[in-house]
Amino acid sequence: MRQIFESTGLFAGLPEWTLVGAASLSFGLSLFGGLALAALFFVWLERKVAGYIQSRYGPMYVGRYHGALQTIADALKLLRKEDIWPTEADKFLWRLAPILVFTGAFLSFVVLPFGPNWVGADMDIGLLYLFATSGLVVMGILAAGWGSNNKWSLYGAMRGAAQVVSYEIPLGLAVLPVVMATGSLNLIEIVERQGGGIWTWNVFGGLPLVGAITFVVYLISSLAEVNRTPFDLPETESELVSGYNTEYTGMKFAFFFLGEYAEMFVVSAIAVTVFLGGWYIGIPAVDAFMPAPLVFIVKSVFLVFVQIWLRWTLPRLRVDQLMHVCWKVLIPATLALLMIYGLARVIVG
Amino acid sequence: MSDSNVRFETATPIGDRAKPIKSELLHINMGPQHPSTHGVLRLFITTDGEMVHSVTPYIGYLHRCAEKIAEGNTYHQYVIYTDRMDYLAAMNCNWGWCYAVEKLMESTGIGVEVPEYAEYVRVIIGELNRIASHLIAFGTYGLDVGALTPFFYAMREREAILNIFEKVCGARLMYSYYDIGGVKWDIPPDAIEEIELFVKLFPKKLDEYNRLLTENKIFVERTANVGVVDRDTAIDYGCTGPVLRGAGVDWDLRRDETYSIYDRFDFDVPVGTGAVGTLGDCWDRYWVRMEEMAQSVRIIEQALAQLPSDGEVMAKMPRTLKIPPGEIFVRTEAPKGEMGFHVISDGGPEPFRAKTRSPAFHNLHVIEKIGPGQMISDLCATIGSLDLVLGEIDR
Repeated sequence: MRQIFESTGLFAGLPEWTLVGAASLSFGLSLFGGLALAALFFVWLERKVAGYIQSRYGPMYVGRYHGALQTIADALKLLRKEDIWPTEADKFLWRLAPILVFTGAFLSFVVLPFGPNWVGADMDIGLLYLFATSGLVVMGILAAGWGSNNKWSLYGAMRGAAQVVSYEIPLGLAVLPVVMATGSLNLIEIVERQGGGIWTWNVFGGLPLVGAITFVVYLISSLAEVNRTPFDLPETESELVSGYNTEYTGMKFAFFFLGEYAEMFVVSAIAVTVFLGGWYIGIPAVDAFMPAPLVFIVKSVFLVFVQIWLRWTLPRLRVDQLMHVCWKVLIPATLALLMIYGLARVIVG
Repeated sequence: MSDSNVRFETATPIGDRAKPIKSELLHINMGPQHPSTHGVLRLFITTDGEMVHSVTPYIGYLHRCAEKIAEGNTYHQYVIYTDRMDYLAAMNCNWGWCYAVEKLMESTGIGVEVPEYAEYVRVIIGELNRIASHLIAFGTYGLDVGALTPFFYAMREREAILNIFEKVCGARLMYSYYDIGGVKWDIPPDAIEEIELFVKLFPKKLDEYNRLLTENKIFVERTANVGVVDRDTAIDYGCTGPVLRGAGVDWDLRRDETYSIYDRFDFDVPVGTGAVGTLGDCWDRYWVRMEEMAQSVRIIEQALAQLPSDGEVMAKMPRTLKIPPGEIFVRTEAPKGEMGFHVISDGGPEPFRAKTRSPAFHNLHVIEKIGPGQMISDLCATIGSLDLVLGEIDR
């Protein structure tokens, strides 16, 4: 972005900070626009997939082709809605919550490697940064639940906090073998290691067996991380009405919604980066011609589709069963796997 | 509940000098506007974290004085009010009332002979409505445990039944099709064809439901060993229908206290066995309903085969129905359980009193006993498995 601005020559006589500011601002805005559009697309996709699974059509009218503009119309409606807040709400926390949730999802996009040169910030600690930003979402959920001053919302928030904090552990542990194999937390390096055809992807031959197991663990944990069925306990519309976001209306609600769908894309994109060969299509000869971001996005959208598919098929777990799966199954399993893999690396080299 | 102010000691003191952390129970109103209370039921619950400590149901949000209205209407006019009791199985409610009045007429000496053809029509339509009611129970139970899709499949099949009912009586929800002495109209031939088609296709759909939900690992985890109503509790609380049979009591009025022409059909009464957990858990009650749908299909098949080619649909009735003084209590097996009417006549054209014994009202009480000690999620699963319809509870 900075190079583009420099090449226009507009900033020739101006101080350095104007250039940096303009570049950052335009990058942020384009990211925001792209993110919002992506989230709207996922909402549309969810409704269509849900429709077809449930033997109905889903949105059909707005935007001619299969309700293509339905979610945009809905987003505009939410924008125009009156902002209602509960009289007894903790105003500060209540306002902060949607911002935190959305920011958490938004910040993650900065390091996602859409292609060799298509990355906002090429950080050496990219993977760590991703887990750090998704931690912000928990704060948002907690703030929303507490700030709403609604007992059901509080339940949703407490469940959400317990769940997300617990599942971050197997989520982090699941990507560690890949980090050990690559020797770096840099997402670009992780992807480039998988560039030698489909067999070198971490889920297959790049990390034999270990990669496949950790991929499954990652998928399960990521569902819990983004509060999707069968782990959608913070929302559970049949138990907690709508969970932590019950009291929100209009734009604030829209931010929660967009945040959730953006998070879905982020966890899918991490899975693609770490396990499924990032922007590589799997055949080295073809990779040279393929537009990297397109491959990356198609792969990620497929994983988002898997999440949607699961949601409309499975019932949900109970909160204690959820914790049982995490603490008694996933964490010991991944820890044992990590130990075995570490030992194997030390012995074999 | 008397022990609702007992404090749970949840926090463990750290070190001997630390004071126990003060904790108190959280009081929450679950309903009347709550997605899993199936209408306007209000449950006042006290919770300790996720654990439910006490449950008190408050009802009456849908009270319409149905029993008082009965005293101001003739026996025929009251049929339409029975529609509004269990609105998901209105045919069966109509049937219960008509059957009670017919029995009262019989016992007071002005006998009424319901034509055989009408009895067959009553059985076919009543069993179809039982399937429709159980479909709703199945679909909404899926919603209660978080599976959103089965509901749409259930509604799709229910739609077929409602289309049949529309052809039969013109209405889709409030039928008033049964009348004292028979049914109001004959079934049109194309409706018979549709019923035959439905009976042929429905068992396949049942298999689909079982694969989708009944055998789902998560679903079994959520419902097995949850909300256990044991045999004695079920009998003590007056539970009937699938709740009673789910608790392992082999009791079905259609077979054990047979009425209409149910003795002519060969069908099984499914009884809970605790197949995946404890006897009388949510899964058992759910499974009994699923099996009952299959049995209803069997009954309809046999009734269609035996259906006389033609016949009267209505007995000869006096122009103004006046029943000599007398009283009777008659119960029938509605989808939710035993639907009973206690009808007292003082000789006038209107009943002196018409008390309704509705199944869901009695099934609901059990929540007070089995609710405490569960988690909130389990409470939702339990309410769903009791299959409550508030129209019938409040009347």
